[in-house]
Amino acid sequence: MSSWPLLSLVTFLPLLGVLAILVLRGDEADVARNARWIALWTSLIDFALSLAIWAGFNPQSPDFQFVEQAAWLPGFNISYLMGVDGISLFFVLLSTFLTPLCVLSSWKAVTVRVKEYMIAFLVLETMMVGTFCALDLFLFYIFFEGVLIPMFLIIGVWGGPRRVYSAFKFFLYTLLGSVLMLLAILTVYHETGSADIREALAYDFPSSLQTWLWLAFFASFAVKMPMWPVHTWLPDAHVEAPTAGSVILAGVLLKMGGYGLIRFSLPLFPEASQYFTPLVFLLSVVAVIYTSLVALAQDDMKKLIAYSSVAHMGFVTMGIFTVTSEGLQGAMVQMLSHGIVSAALFLCVGVVYDRLHTREIARYGGLADTMPRYAAVFMVFMLASVGLPGTSGFVGEFLSLIGAFQVNTWVAFFATTGMILGAAYMLYLYRRIIFGVITRADLRAMGDLTLREVAIFAPMIAIVLWMGVYPDSFMRPMQPALAKIIASVQTSERAHAAQLAAARMHEPLLTRR
Amino acid sequence: MPLFPVPDFLPALPEIFLGAAAMALLLLGAFQGDRAAREITWLAVAALVVDLALVLSPIAAHGPVRRESFYGMFVIDGFGAYAKALVLLGSGLTLVLSMPYNARQGIARPEFPVLVLLATTGMMMMISANDLISLYVSLELQSLSLYVLASFARDSERSTEAGLKYFVLGALASGMLLYGASMVYGFAGTTQFDALAKLFASGGTASVGLVIGIVFIAVGLAFKCSAVPFHMWTPDVYEGAPTPVTAFFSVAPKTAALVLFIRVMVGPFGGLIVEWQQIIWFIAAASMLLGAFAAINQRNIKRLMAYSSIGHVGYALIGLAAGTAVGVRGVLVYMAIYLFMNAGTFAVILCMRRDGRMVEEISDLAGLSRTQPGLALALGIFMFSMAGIPPLAGFFAKIYVFLAAIDAGLYVLAIIGVLASVVGAFYYLRIVKLMYFDEPTGVFDRPIGRELGAVVLISAFVILFFFAYPAPVVDGAESVATALFAE
Repeated sequence: MSSWPLLSLVTFLPLLGVLAILVLRGDEADVARNARWIALWTSLIDFALSLAIWAGFNPQSPDFQFVEQAAWLPGFNISYLMGVDGISLFFVLLSTFLTPLCVLSSWKAVTVRVKEYMIAFLVLETMMVGTFCALDLFLFYIFFEGVLIPMFLIIGVWGGPRRVYSAFKFFLYTLLGSVLMLLAILTVYHETGSADIREALAYDFPSSLQTWLWLAFFASFAVKMPMWPVHTWLPDAHVEAPTAGSVILAGVLLKMGGYGLIRFSLPLFPEASQYFTPLVFLLSVVAVIYTSLVALAQDDMKKLIAYSSVAHMGFVTMGIFTVTSEGLQGAMVQMLSHGIVSAALFLCVGVVYDRLHTREIARYGGLADTMPRYAAVFMVFMLASVGLPGTSGFVGEFLSLIGAFQVNTWVAFFATTGMILGAAYMLYLYRRIIFGVITRADLRAMGDLTLREVAIFAPMIAIVLWMGVYPDSFMRPMQPALAKIIASVQTSERAHAAQLAAARMHEPLLTRR
Repeated sequence: MPLFPVPDFLPALPEIFLGAAAMALLLLGAFQGDRAAREITWLAVAALVVDLALVLSPIAAHGPVRRESFYGMFVIDGFGAYAKALVLLGSGLTLVLSMPYNARQGIARPEFPVLVLLATTGMMMMISANDLISLYVSLELQSLSLYVLASFARDSERSTEAGLKYFVLGALASGMLLYGASMVYGFAGTTQFDALAKLFASGGTASVGLVIGIVFIAVGLAFKCSAVPFHMWTPDVYEGAPTPVTAFFSVAPKTAALVLFIRVMVGPFGGLIVEWQQIIWFIAAASMLLGAFAAINQRNIKRLMAYSSIGHVGYALIGLAAGTAVGVRGVLVYMAIYLFMNAGTFAVILCMRRDGRMVEEISDLAGLSRTQPGLALALGIFMFSMAGIPPLAGFFAKIYVFLAAIDAGLYVLAIIGVLASVVGAFYYLRIVKLMYFDEPTGVFDRPIGRELGAVVLISAFVILFFFAYPAPVVDGAESVATALFAE
């Protein structure tokens, strides 16, 4: 098993599909059909391979596994270095899981430039998986930033009426945050003399440097998450992006921010993390409450779900910075859960959008009568988003709240208010769309879920319930890695405290003199 | 020992060969007339290729050893060879680009390749200059050839205007450079680089006159590589000159001028880094910012490329501002990648032909991804690369200069640089947006021709797959930069 470069295979297999699609010739309809099938099969095989990673993963070890190393720039200590641990494993799985669903969901919805569309998604998959597998700082940055190119094109070419504005906003916002992180990466490289993440993790950065580096990394991840107040690109991007674009955006791209915070910010700069924890808590609480209120006032379905994403990400940042076992696990589960649930919600929007070509909530109503299957599917994901016990959303939010409660009661209190608001806007949305009386003829004519759509939603429902009922299968592999991060933060905390105590001991002596 | 021993000609063989080739082609052109323009251009390309071998063969044989000749006025080393290879590549690519254009515009004359060869000879001598005198002479050989090239389409008002403008301003800059050189000679008593370096290495402080001299030399060189605040000529000349000439300007002379800049600053004046570092710092920051902001409102793609090139010079100058081997490595890597990005972009610009006439508006690119997907993909790659988005080569170019800045503690400059790159990304993205998001307004003439197609393909390939095997470019730059500082 280990003799196979499994991670590279999973990362670069989609590019093989791209190559196959590129050589397609013939008339447009044939090319489109073949491109769809190639993209579907490539991403399905890729998903199967990523399951092999999970199967071969040793859940007891906190270390990086399946490590692959190859010389890239030997003189500079920069290498092609891949590996996964319990934290990145599930993000890889999430990426490979969502991509085939995206391909399936755009089967009928995308009719122009299908070939390019599928290429963009496969390239995107490579970049996403690479981001989570990379163990070299430069390699990480390349994948992390490389995501922008296909996503920019997806929003801009296949998006809605204001797609150009949204695509630019998305690109420039994210780029602005990331270039600062690039400087921080260069500084880390300069400081440690190696681009290996494992070596950086073992390195003890001086406190004054930590503050700056933390801020630079945070600039990138906060935009990507996105945290209030730099979240404004997200509603625009979501509204204009095609359904599958929104799915990837909400499902995976936002998680890169959270992944970065857990992988880099916390363990690399523990002192600075500690110092900035109140700030993060403040921003998280504001995000949870403010964006929930904003979501209540939306009359565009996608915008509402986009704002709800910002609120849910607030729980994640809060959980991460509690630096407790519960908080971190909660944040992780919340991210995975949100990755599935919000992706599914966008797909739900896509289902009715494909039929009626509007996202305006007021245009809908009473769909329960004509689309019972759709109503049921939508309900599951709506409740998971609200955090109903038995669904994945509950596990994540509950654990993050426990973590927060141990650290700061007020943060937990305000965040819980956000949960109530979350229930309010989701139920309100559901009522307006699904219940009520059908008044319009075009609504009555809408057909229920097709077999293809059922095939998309069925695995997602299964996972949501699985994570809700038996989250242990997901949490066990990540526990050792998270424990290691918590331990590293606490050691530095203790060292810091000891320093302070030592300083205090000398204080009287100094003042006496 | 005779009073004037015969100098060792061997180190200067590439320059001598290229000069002789230019003369021979000039004769050939005089006898054959305009009919032979195409053959002579190909011969010139062949001469450049042979010259590339001549430049690289001593490196292959003896390694990058330093050799001086002509009484210390001329030097060859690994650093010079690397830069010369870039210049020769740039000249060769632009000559290939020029052929279809010149033929269509009715300016296919044998003088064109001859002038390019003469300018290239000047650039190679610039790179090898080891004395203020040889620096000036070679710079003028280059500049005078370029003035003529800028106005090569002599029936076109814009081209003539560009040539005249370039000449007047260029002469002014040369004057300043000469003035600075005379100041340095007056206060230091020598024009030879090694002697100057020895003078300042001993830790002696620079007198005011000397600093003024250095500033004037820096001004002259900043003009030649079109760095802010001496960039004013660039947009007009780039817009007015025939497009292949613009492509040539944006690649080879720029590389040569930057390399000369490095040679002068870290060589003879290396000991005075505290005096000139802030000047370069300012020039670099101003170039990056101006290149980013001024390009936003451009409609003409050649003007846009002018501002873009100003910005890129700013990034490259970060490496010089660092004043370290890491910085010089960054500049060399930057220029190598920049060469391919620019050659490729200009090849695409040369394909912008509608009903037999060249079009230069950026909006003419609208919907290119529908009408010519291959060309649009290539230009998209170049644009994302220029914006510095990984995994394209432009990202690596930027990362090496930023690394140098971090290394040297120039944090503010690095931050200005990355912020400017975000602003710059906006206008590069605008081109991608036009090609991919907008509906086509018209189609370009087809076919684009074998020469242009080849240059586009090669450049796009290099830019796209640079990440897979960056070692030759980076390691080469690394070793020659280290050698430059070891002396």
